[in-house]
Amino acid sequence: MSSLVALPILIPLVAAALMLVVRNLFAQRAISFAALLSSLATATAVLVDVWNTGDIAVSRLGGWPGSFAITLVSDGLSSVLVVVALVVTATVLLFAVGQQTPDEHSPYYHPVYMALVAGISQAFLAGDLFNLFVAFEVLLMASYVLLTLEGNREQIRSGTTYVVLNIIESVVLVMAVGLIFAATGTVSFAELPERIAALPDGVRMGLHLLLLIAFGIKAAVFPLFSWLPDSYPTAPSSASAVFAGLLTKVGVYCLIRVQTLLFPGELSNLVMVVGVSTMAIGVLGAISQHDMKRILSFHIISQIGYMVFGLGIGGAVAIAATIFYLIHHIPVKTSLFLVEGIIERNTGSSSLDDVSGLARKSPLLAVLFLIPAMSLAGFPPLSGFLAKFALVRGGLSAEQYIGVGVAIVVSLLTLVSMVKIWVGAFWGEVAPSSLNNSGGVLRQHRSMASATAILVGFTLVIAVAAGPLYEFATRASDQLLDIERYISAVRSAS
Amino acid sequence: MSIWAFALIAVLFAVGSYLLMERSLTRVALGVGVIGNGVNVLIIASGSDAGEAPIIGREGVLADPLPQALVLTAIVIGFALLTFLMTLAWRNWTITGNDEVEDDVEDRMITRRAEQTEKLGDVPHPEDVQT
Repeated sequence: MSSLVALPILIPLVAAALMLVVRNLFAQRAISFAALLSSLATATAVLVDVWNTGDIAVSRLGGWPGSFAITLVSDGLSSVLVVVALVVTATVLLFAVGQQTPDEHSPYYHPVYMALVAGISQAFLAGDLFNLFVAFEVLLMASYVLLTLEGNREQIRSGTTYVVLNIIESVVLVMAVGLIFAATGTVSFAELPERIAALPDGVRMGLHLLLLIAFGIKAAVFPLFSWLPDSYPTAPSSASAVFAGLLTKVGVYCLIRVQTLLFPGELSNLVMVVGVSTMAIGVLGAISQHDMKRILSFHIISQIGYMVFGLGIGGAVAIAATIFYLIHHIPVKTSLFLVEGIIERNTGSSSLDDVSGLARKSPLLAVLFLIPAMSLAGFPPLSGFLAKFALVRGGLSAEQYIGVGVAIVVSLLTLVSMVKIWVGAFWGEVAPSSLNNSGGVLRQHRSMASATAILVGFTLVIAVAAGPLYEFATRASDQLLDIERYISAVRSAS
Repeated sequence: MSIWAFALIAVLFAVGSYLLMERSLTRVALGVGVIGNGVNVLIIASGSDAGEAPIIGREGVLADPLPQALVLTAIVIGFALLTFLMTLAWRNWTITGNDEVEDDVEDRMITRRAEQTEKLGDVPHPEDVQT
């Protein structure tokens, strides 16, 4: 089974290389889908194995002994995130193909998209810090290109901010890697915990803060989030859907690794305060906006706050809740951006001033929006409610009443801003600008609509299968907290 | 780590951070290059003292080859990033005729709206009076 671990990275990379030669659009689409679906199949096989046996799958590329090999580690958290990431990227690609926009027709779109997928999988599977840094660079480079593919004025403006801020993040990260290597003599996740624990307190805290800053910029937590609502709204809808769903969550995943594996339980109060302020400030930003994409972008920040809060509480219950939140959040957020993409494609605008009366025009689209929106706000039968309930329970059992209170108020405010989109875009008279066609909205954008429907269906599956999924999240969190098991799994791998 | 390597790293970081805070994209690109080299020197210096080489069979102390391999990767990545940033700056220059990073339009609108409300105080908004 461990030989399959590397395939979700290798298949997209080979596909990307192949598509630099094959320039035909239809061939490129076929290659992309084949690559994504075959990666998904292998990732699912690994997930099923990890789920059934409770083991950690480890692959050493090149078969070198000790810390010389590039190690890929797929434990419960990594394997489930790779599967979710591949489901989301495959449906978004279906959406992008149906969108019929110039950027998808560019011969570079598909290779770059595959590089992005490879980078995301690699970040989730990386077994050492430097490999993680390289994965970050691969996915960031791909995201730079996707963000600025059209090359118009607005994209160049926001793209520049995005690129410069992420370069600073990379500098901080590579500096942290260098200093950690200087202090401990290794970058492998399996060797670091012991050696870090042996360091003097001051050195340990400095290295920890450097890593938190680097991944905090990537995850867009409270003082470091300002790049996100500026850059995501200008990207093409398909690109911003992947960015919103996955890229910040890679940062959250790295924060989880830092807080559980490298520096277990340290600075958790700081992480908790950052989490609580992130959710409050994100949602306040969302309420003050008047453009759908920007409202949704601020919601990413607010939701990241929930996950970081859970991470800050620590302990098996809260971390299981964080993992469940992560799994629920990725498809929900992506599907909201996809619905917004359909609206923008149909009406030509994402501003609440220009769009109205969509519920009358296309009731099905309204349903597709309503399910993930209510899930994000945390309405009872949906996955968001279960995720928030688990998190609140974790917070209460750790007696973090202030944080829990803020979390509940923030989810009310989330509902307020979702209602703002609902009232602005879906209710009311059909606006003149959205009258540019006579047929149904969804009939014109069949593959966009079906991609969105698949993803919304996926969020419903998460809600229905919440019992087993939550049990899996609990097991994954136990695995995360049992550092010895991780170390011995990597050491004993052949 | 020798004091001279340390001084070099400090200077590179100082210059790089200063350039990064400029509004002109050319200077930002230069800053990225300088600060990136600062980090590279930092990693090299963390692995060994100056003048040592990671070659087996050579007399004396061997340097650890791993940091050097890391830096090679980091240099290549940094080069690609710098190239992309300069392409962006060029594109920006062909579109707008200058190479400054512009403000976010939405941000500016919200700030202006907030300033107006503050200035007007209790006086109703002009748009409300008309309707």
